[in-house]
Amino acid sequence: MSIQDIQEEIVEEFSVYDDWMDKYNYLIELGKDLPPIDPKYKTDQYLIEGCTSRVWLHAGLDREGKMVLTADSDAIITRGIIALLIRVFSGHTPEEVKNADTAFLDRIGLQEHLSPTRANGLASMVRQIRMYAVALSAQK
Amino acid sequence: MFDIQKIRKDFPILDQQVYGKPLVYLDNGATTQKPQVVLETLERLYDRENGNVHRGGHHLSVITTEHYEAARETVRQFIHAAHTHEIIFTHGTTSSINAVAFSFGEKYVRAGDEILVTEMEHHANIVPWQMLCERKGASLKVIPINEAGELRLETLETLITEKTRLLAVTQVSNVLGTVNPVKEIVEIAHRHDVPVLVDGAQGIQHEITDVTDMDCDFYVFSGHKIYGPTGIGVLYGKEKWLEVMPPYQGGGDMIKKVTFEKTVYEDLPLKFEAGTMNYIGAIGLAAALDYLRDLGLENIMAWEQELLDYATARLKEVPELKIYGNASHKTAILSFLIGDLHHSDVGTLLDKLGVAVRTGHHCAQPLCDHYGIAGTVRASFTFYNTKEEADRLFNSLLRIIEMLK
Ligand SMILES: Cc1ncc(COP(=O)(O)O)c(C=O)c1O
Repeated sequence: MSIQDIQEEIVEEFSVYDDWMDKYNYLIELGKDLPPIDPKYKTDQYLIEGCTSRVWLHAGLDREGKMVLTADSDAIITRGIIALLIRVFSGHTPEEVKNADTAFLDRIGLQEHLSPTRANGLASMVRQIRMYAVALSAQK
Repeated sequence: MFDIQKIRKDFPILDQQVYGKPLVYLDNGATTQKPQVVLETLERLYDRENGNVHRGGHHLSVITTEHYEAARETVRQFIHAAHTHEIIFTHGTTSSINAVAFSFGEKYVRAGDEILVTEMEHHANIVPWQMLCERKGASLKVIPINEAGELRLETLETLITEKTRLLAVTQVSNVLGTVNPVKEIVEIAHRHDVPVLVDGAQGIQHEITDVTDMDCDFYVFSGHKIYGPTGIGVLYGKEKWLEVMPPYQGGGDMIKKVTFEKTVYEDLPLKFEAGTMNYIGAIGLAAALDYLRDLGLENIMAWEQELLDYATARLKEVPELKIYGNASHKTAILSFLIGDLHHSDVGTLLDKLGVAVRTGHHCAQPLCDHYGIAGTVRASFTFYNTKEEADRLFNSLLRIIEMLK
């Protein structure tokens, strides 16, 4: 599935929840199911600045040249948000990731319902993913 | 009798829904809501009575100046200062502390000197002193706290040396709610000829404050935390200090005579009020203080104590909840963490349930470091809160734990 299609799918999933608690419940469940990050990436080097909670993010390439993103956070809602980002971007080429938008975050209403500090953190995560994509596409 | 339902009607903002849930406002430590009389005062001033103070001889300027100077007197009475000219208006606690750090610091602090603060200070009562120390080559020393979140006063005598130039201490901790024995601290400091600045940002609205009895040298607070407007604050200083301290800002209104060769400064308090002050804010603040006086600070304190006891008991029923700040004398601030749940998760979900709290380090990182935590969830109650709201907090927490587990 393309990045765009996955985004559509997520927007669709969120559209069934009209109450914010339900949306957060869903995010929390996603956060709980987030696959663990390799402990060797859970260091300051992989820490993202500017989040309300601590977020570690690592990106590499698989044999087919697709990006593999893994991440963790000490806050569960943040883990849920990361899970969404990974679902959208992991498994695509760095070129695809570099050029993709993140309109789905607005469309599910996440952006506007986050506190400014959390929204900043989200922006930092997206920026970090794009930076990884730029670095990895240069490396290829 | 404290008629809470009647009082809540004075605060129209409280009666609203957020995310479809009735608002429970428990972030009074960050800022307080304004009673109708304050809102009406501000509106009347802008609507009918606005003229720049101390400037024009015209009608509007004259009445605004009268109100402004009357506001100064209202503040004096509220904190029981000896003289009206000891009350300086500023932008808030932070700007008051910076004013002292610059002005007092310029005159009295030299290389090798020491400034004493405490481990529970807000950054506003740390950073200006650190900056002063950097400018002057002085150093900062810290009075530690114990596990309950009380100052370890037994260390004071050894921490004060002949190099100590000033002691800066908060009246009430914004994270722990601890009410510090400021009078006792001042007494000890004065025995060593060390002047004391008291940060009243979290104290003035919850404790009866008498700067003459406390005998502190400086006392500072913010209007917005005592049901007044934002952008107005107070610096009280003893006349003997303010007289000899240099102005820290120059400009209009603070001068008697200006020539290009020399400027003669105004007398107190205007010497420290350069430029157009937030006079509307000052008059609004006076309206808030009048409102509190009419309610009676004793009544307010009694109700807040009842709320604190009730809310503490409820929170203690929450599984794995740990309260930070268990001083024997505290205001209605409850900082807590639940098990290993992240404070931001709890805060985000409380918000979605209509309960406004603050999460994070609350501008007191050294204090969080003491406890080895990144932050807390802080519910700060005030007199317009109710026991039902404490119940809402409690029930919301149970629901959140269920979700996050
Ligand atoms: C104890 C204490 N000191 C100082 C401040 C700073 O006040 P302001 O931001 O109004 O200058 C605060 C505000 O949170 C506070 O709680």
